[in-house]
Amino acid sequence: MVGIVAYGAYIPWHRMDRQQCVKAWGGFGMPGEKAVAYFDEDSVTMGVAAAIDCLGDGNAGAIDGLYFATTSAPYKEKQSAAIMAIALGLRRDVRTADMTTSLRAGTIAFGMALDAIKAGTASNVMVTAADMRLAAPAGMTEQGLGDGAAAFLLGKENVIAEIQGTYSITDELAGTWRAADDTFIRSWEDRMVQDEGYSTIIPEALNGIMKKYGLKPKDFTKVVFDSPVDGRRHGKVASTVGFDASQIQEPFSLFLKVGLTGCASAPMMLVLALEQAKPGDKILYAGSGDGVDAFILQVTDAITNLPARRGIKGHLASKKMMESYNTYLTWRGIVPQEEARRPAKTPARLSAMWRERKQQLGLWGIKCRKCGTIQYDDGAAATTPIRICAVCGAKDNFDDYGFSRKKAKVFSYTHDNLAPVADPPASVVLVDFEGGGRAFFDLTDRDPKEIAVGTEVEMTFRRMQVNRGLSIYHWKARPVR
Amino acid sequence: MPGSIKNRVAIVGMGCTQFGELWGKGPTDLIVEAVTEAVADAGIEMKDIQAVWSGTLFSGNGGRTVAEALRLPYLPVTRVENACGSGHEAVRGASYAVAAGIYDICLAVGYEKLKDEGMSGLPGMQNRTGTHYESSMPGVFAMMATRYFNRYGLTPQEGKSMLGKISVKSHHNGSLNPKAHLRREITLDQVLSAPIIAWPLGLFDCCGVSDGAAAAIIVRADMIKSFKNKPVYVKALQICASPTSGRMVTDYDYTHVEEAHRAGIAAYKEAGITNPRKEVSMAEVHDCFSITEAVTMEDLQFSQRGRVKEDIEAGMFDLTGSLPVQPDGGLKCFGHPIGASGIRMLYEPYLQFQGRAGKRQLKDPKIALAHNMGNEPYAPVVSVCIVGL
Repeated sequence: MVGIVAYGAYIPWHRMDRQQCVKAWGGFGMPGEKAVAYFDEDSVTMGVAAAIDCLGDGNAGAIDGLYFATTSAPYKEKQSAAIMAIALGLRRDVRTADMTTSLRAGTIAFGMALDAIKAGTASNVMVTAADMRLAAPAGMTEQGLGDGAAAFLLGKENVIAEIQGTYSITDELAGTWRAADDTFIRSWEDRMVQDEGYSTIIPEALNGIMKKYGLKPKDFTKVVFDSPVDGRRHGKVASTVGFDASQIQEPFSLFLKVGLTGCASAPMMLVLALEQAKPGDKILYAGSGDGVDAFILQVTDAITNLPARRGIKGHLASKKMMESYNTYLTWRGIVPQEEARRPAKTPARLSAMWRERKQQLGLWGIKCRKCGTIQYDDGAAATTPIRICAVCGAKDNFDDYGFSRKKAKVFSYTHDNLAPVADPPASVVLVDFEGGGRAFFDLTDRDPKEIAVGTEVEMTFRRMQVNRGLSIYHWKARPVR
Repeated sequence: MPGSIKNRVAIVGMGCTQFGELWGKGPTDLIVEAVTEAVADAGIEMKDIQAVWSGTLFSGNGGRTVAEALRLPYLPVTRVENACGSGHEAVRGASYAVAAGIYDICLAVGYEKLKDEGMSGLPGMQNRTGTHYESSMPGVFAMMATRYFNRYGLTPQEGKSMLGKISVKSHHNGSLNPKAHLRREITLDQVLSAPIIAWPLGLFDCCGVSDGAAAAIIVRADMIKSFKNKPVYVKALQICASPTSGRMVTDYDYTHVEEAHRAGIAAYKEAGITNPRKEVSMAEVHDCFSITEAVTMEDLQFSQRGRVKEDIEAGMFDLTGSLPVQPDGGLKCFGHPIGASGIRMLYEPYLQFQGRAGKRQLKDPKIALAHNMGNEPYAPVVSVCIVGL
């Protein structure tokens, strides 16, 4: 049996009421709010967060591949999945790939992971889809989009939803596009794009997969596929194919709270559906963009044993409303901010980043084999990785010790108004990890008022800066919510 | 058994520039002004200097910067750097060279053209990988205040008041010092209502960021008869660099600076001091932030652990107290041109011992301690220098 072993999701903590766009630009406001990635987040960090949610306490060492789907990768040349593989603590002999440029990338990656497992080249593959597409200010597209991510671990054991069938079509229609040098999305006239694209190809694929496997709409508990901004069209497409309202995984709850998340849209809707699924449910799942991929999922008894996770519901419950649209513009770099009147940061040293990739990207420290002390060196001095134990002086006699999924408590903190950051004050914490180890971190996704000595935090993968085009990633602490 | 510097070398001349935002002066101006003053004060000529140790963090290009400024005639000139502790490091190099008998007369000079760095406040920290947490220097010292308040059960108001009194004292002293950067008295209310720089530290909890230079002429103790000034002997020079485990190992309390404590113990031993609280006449400590001065009082055994508040409130460290601290205004008000500070800290005892401290003059001081610290409280290099008659 091959299928989904676990799922996870990520939605940024910061949300913006769509009325903020109306306040800024006038015009018509869509209902609800959109999720906005923080200034230190991007598709890579959100993808890692969803994968961590998916993995839980699971064994990263058992994963044989990582497929990352996005249309908003930080690099045009340079793989994102390779960064994520270190962040997630995967083995070195894994196959990684970025599936990019298509809004269908999330389901493409899902299908390719399935194929790899079926072919026997992998036993477990992590698929993560994340997007933060950018629409030009003052348009309706800007209001409709949101940022988010989903992840699925596909495998052969402890399958919670068996993948029983697949069907794909490819269709050439540049409904929305971004050229290699475009910052913002471009679109053709909506009616043509939706009528000849979305509303044509999704029924074609849904009907195609049912015909291929001899199934009818009544055989499915639920049909899950992505929606355009106009959610009514989504419902109409489903009913055209023969599904009734009770079978449709409605798109509104995500649209009103998160927005359309690009190639993570359909995967996030599937996570929402799986959160509500019961053993025996049959789900028809599809994602569109340059065609459609469709899948038949059979939910198994194992879903009742899946450990608790945040998923969509947990992330939706935790949020902070942004106070202004201007903040959004600056976080996305659409409007430049006055530079700090401080000396420029020293240029990135790629050689050092490479040398310390395991410590910086993977948050690996050590446990001394001689005295047992657990240690992470935050690299403030130029001495990482650790060569000499800080307690007993043992040299190079350590076991690797991962901190990325450990919780910690704030030992001390400050809110620093002098340090130049995009969202002052700079909140910095010195934390003591459960099980041992201490280190300094930036504190992100925080309300300064809620921080005290003893506040519980967890680690989150974030982008520290972009320097000479290099996205420099590391880990920050954030309050556990 | 290591040797001792006690009474083997003496300071016979010192110079110190005005500290402040000296926009019109460059490193050359600062070096020339401090050194010519020191040379004249010692009653020697520039050509009598045999070797030079210079300390600076940002403003130097090897020893050459000082050789160039003074057009020294092909002398051995060494540049040392130990972060904010670079000034003491220059004194250490010059003193040891003289004590070793290699030279008779050495110059130690510290300088910093800090206001050419293009920022307010002290520079932040970076690492090689571009992943350093975003904290300024006030930030990492603020975290010591957070811990101190937490550990000793002080409310933010109580803690900030305790620290505020330190700054009020230093501003008073600075107002009496014509060379100080900040020469205005302040009130506790002003301290407590000032903008927050890094919680819980406010504007007046932070030292001045200044340009300046200071210089000392150091000679062998057996030569002092050939100099006009009352000599000030070096009694102890101890330095302690952190293995930087405080930010990695959970037993560090972040309410003290272990390196200061250890450097203090070593210096007291070298100087033969058994009761610092009673025997030290005055101290110039590295009060980059008010909290640094507070914990340093405990680290150097002037106050008991957790009880510096009582001593602050009793006025023990005031100019009129039993152990005046920062009689010249300290880093807080004299200012903090990084490389110069460690030598500036010796300038005040030098003036005090010779009865030249003007309105700040203390009665009959005999032993002075200077404490120079570089880097963060959990990972510093700390130097303790004791001088006396």
